[in-house]
Amino acid sequence: MTQCDAPPPLSRWETALMAARLFAIDPAGLGGVSVIAGPGPVRDLWLERLRGALASGAPVRRVPAHIEDDRLIGAVDLTATLASGRVVLQMGILGEADGGIVLIPMAERLSAGVAARIAAVLDRRELVVEREGLARRIPARIGVVAFDEGVSPEERLAVSLRERFAFHLDLRDLSARGLANLAIDPSETAAARLALASVEGPSADVVEALVATAAAFGINSVVAPLLALRAARVAAALAGRRAITEEDAVLAARLVLAPRSQMMPDEAPDETEPPAPPDDPGADEDGDDDDDDDTEPATEPPNLEDIMLAAVQAAVPDDLLAKLKTGAGGPQPTGRNSRLGAAKSSALRGRPTGVRMGALRPGSRLALVATLRAAAPWQAVRRNDQVARTVSRPIEVRREDFRFKRFAQRRESTMVFCVDASGSTAFHRLAESKGAVEMLLAEAYVNRTFVSLVAFRGHGAELLLPPTRSLTRAKALLANLPGGGGTPLAAGVDCAVLVALAERSKSREPLVILLTDGRANITADGQAARGRAMEEALDSSRRLAAQRIAAVFIDTSARPRAEGSDLAAAMNARYVALPYVEASAVCDVARGAASEFFTEPLRPR
Amino acid sequence: MVFGDRGTGKSTAVRSLASLLPHMQVVTGCKFNCDPGSPVETCADVCDARRDKHCPTHKTVPVPVVDLPLGATEDRVVGALDLERALTRGEKAFEPGLLARAHRGFLYIDEVNLLEDHLVDLLLDVAASGENIVEREGLSVRHPARFVLVGSGNPEEGELRPQLLDRFGLSVDVRTPGNLADRVEILKRCDAFERDPEAFDALWRNENESASALIAAARERLGEVAVSDDALEAMSRLCMATGADGLRGELTLLRASRAAAALAGDEAVGDAHIRRVAAMALRHRLRRNPLDESGSTARVERALGEVFAS
Repeated sequence: MTQCDAPPPLSRWETALMAARLFAIDPAGLGGVSVIAGPGPVRDLWLERLRGALASGAPVRRVPAHIEDDRLIGAVDLTATLASGRVVLQMGILGEADGGIVLIPMAERLSAGVAARIAAVLDRRELVVEREGLARRIPARIGVVAFDEGVSPEERLAVSLRERFAFHLDLRDLSARGLANLAIDPSETAAARLALASVEGPSADVVEALVATAAAFGINSVVAPLLALRAARVAAALAGRRAITEEDAVLAARLVLAPRSQMMPDEAPDETEPPAPPDDPGADEDGDDDDDDDTEPATEPPNLEDIMLAAVQAAVPDDLLAKLKTGAGGPQPTGRNSRLGAAKSSALRGRPTGVRMGALRPGSRLALVATLRAAAPWQAVRRNDQVARTVSRPIEVRREDFRFKRFAQRRESTMVFCVDASGSTAFHRLAESKGAVEMLLAEAYVNRTFVSLVAFRGHGAELLLPPTRSLTRAKALLANLPGGGGTPLAAGVDCAVLVALAERSKSREPLVILLTDGRANITADGQAARGRAMEEALDSSRRLAAQRIAAVFIDTSARPRAEGSDLAAAMNARYVALPYVEASAVCDVARGAASEFFTEPLRPR
Repeated sequence: MVFGDRGTGKSTAVRSLASLLPHMQVVTGCKFNCDPGSPVETCADVCDARRDKHCPTHKTVPVPVVDLPLGATEDRVVGALDLERALTRGEKAFEPGLLARAHRGFLYIDEVNLLEDHLVDLLLDVAASGENIVEREGLSVRHPARFVLVGSGNPEEGELRPQLLDRFGLSVDVRTPGNLADRVEILKRCDAFERDPEAFDALWRNENESASALIAAARERLGEVAVSDDALEAMSRLCMATGADGLRGELTLLRASRAAAALAGDEAVGDAHIRRVAAMALRHRLRRNPLDESGSTARVERALGEVFAS
């Protein structure tokens, strides 16, 4: 009877629909919803429900992942400006969406720059335009729906945006039929929208329970409880209440806090009310709380915090729960909130797009249309100029009009270290590779190199460091490296190829640096069979070569044998023997290869 | 430079500077925030707010804290010709940019690590020289642009070039508070502000004003704070011990500890003041050692221990 106060867990569809309902009531306050779902009927159906629940006439705008500032923020509308004689702003999407929502399909491909621009608008609820002679502040009270279509956990929406969203949904593996009978009544959400302003402030209990629950699940952020509190207020308005009740707070905690869990509460917060232990099979999803609690003596009614802990625990998504249980990272109460979240962030910076001003230099490419566009407004002024009158030209183009294509500015690259973490020398090899990664990152600002680290051992390969340019992140993620076991070389190479291809899709040219003694002995299906493992490794190497991924093979065996050079040949890689692996030597090899592969003109593909 | 965790209120803190700082006097109608006390000729070439009048009026305004949004174009940053006047009247008139607006105040860039390199270089250049020069359409404008550049960002989004970091005087590292009581208090205040911003403002106005008065009084005293040779020596030794490159670290350390002494109401810079500001003045200037696990703040603390132990 003790936990009967906690409302029964919602099904996944009910959760998704409840999030849509709350979000539709106050999109700007709740920031956004990130939805992991590929395009398809499930997603469409959910979105349809959400759109139906928005305020009538609320704009819905789409933001393509590679949008440029002109379209996102706004620009001078040249035609209208020239025609009317006053500066006319061509409103960007963020301004157009005021009072409504923006949709971001393929949100995992959003660059850090675009994500930061949207995040700024979410924070300020207005758009600051400082572009092309225009200075405007435009109200932009928007909510964001980001559809995350990445296939791997490494391809996710930028954390900077995700953490500003109240709701994180996962619609994968849901069937559209489940939603058929669930609907949102738009009159309900409309009424709640009106009632929202009159909901009173939360009680101290609610505030404390939200903060304590967030902390118990390792959510090291003050933003998450704030979003949960806002969600609780919206839930109260939806229920037609003037005050936030426990029920509202528990619902909000489930929706907002559960998907953000970084760990399971490792000890019962109160001896009389232990929440279902994390290793209790079935306690997470079946909602059948009664049977394990019946036996426990209930000395006092459970307080809000305990109810909330139990409810959140029951609502932690399955896949996240599995990850937390296997101790991926383990409980880290003091850990930064980057533990899991950061693994999904993108450090992509300023994708080379658009045009820029500057002096004409050899090699720079003129953007003709942009140049003419820049010159157009000034024609009248220039015709009045003394100099111009002497020689009459149809169009007066001056040096300051020149606009250049920006991609000439830089080319980014990614080094993917693929490290053999098997056998007795694993620790040494990993430690030196880590040293090399950090040394390269320490100078990455010079050549804009991203670095990533894949390790393989035992029965598989693991992406230990997703591509990053951040030394801070690398240090946090590479703090303790596992080592030992067999050599699943093929799995390692395959994983490196996947990372490399994902990088190439982000316009960063990959370079794979493989460190191994080349003695594969574990097959793809986990068998210890040297012969077949070697064949598979050769196959994987050929696949790498077929993708034309630049590679270096660093042979770390004490006495190099033919296997190493065979593999290097199969992957069309440069072969380097480094029996005494040392960070600075690895660094030199990587640098040398990078300068050779990346400074020459674009290699034909 | 404010580095730190997401969602710790870095931007909010920077933007609220305006309400903490003593107000300043400007010439009415001047788009360049001219100080009425400065000679007329230091004003911008194109500013006629004072030149045309014998007796220009003054007004008191809050210190400007100007946001430079990502996506701002260069012409809006440095200033350009007024497009509308060019179109309607065929006139060439200078339209000041964000640098003019930030004169005598602060220019704030959130996510500074995402700002385009050429803009960052330009800003640092102007911040160092205190003057903005624009050449457009045969018009040449020069105006004072003395501002404090404030940047914030998350190191996980990409790091800053060290040459750039070194140009920032002070650097602080912000972490999410680990203490539950603090988090509860933050949540309560955020909620109170959201529900009634004006009441919240009224509630804290007195505290803001007393902080502002404290700062004003400290500014008055600043010139009289004495710095002994011993203190100077301690600063130099500290910089040598940490290996902070260049003289910029020492200069910043000197200015910051003098300001700390003034704020504390002390007449001379002592060890306590140096200790207080050492980490923020030096932590971003240390040469990076990727193999040294300890953070730069810890390295400064270590050096402090060495220097002041003897």
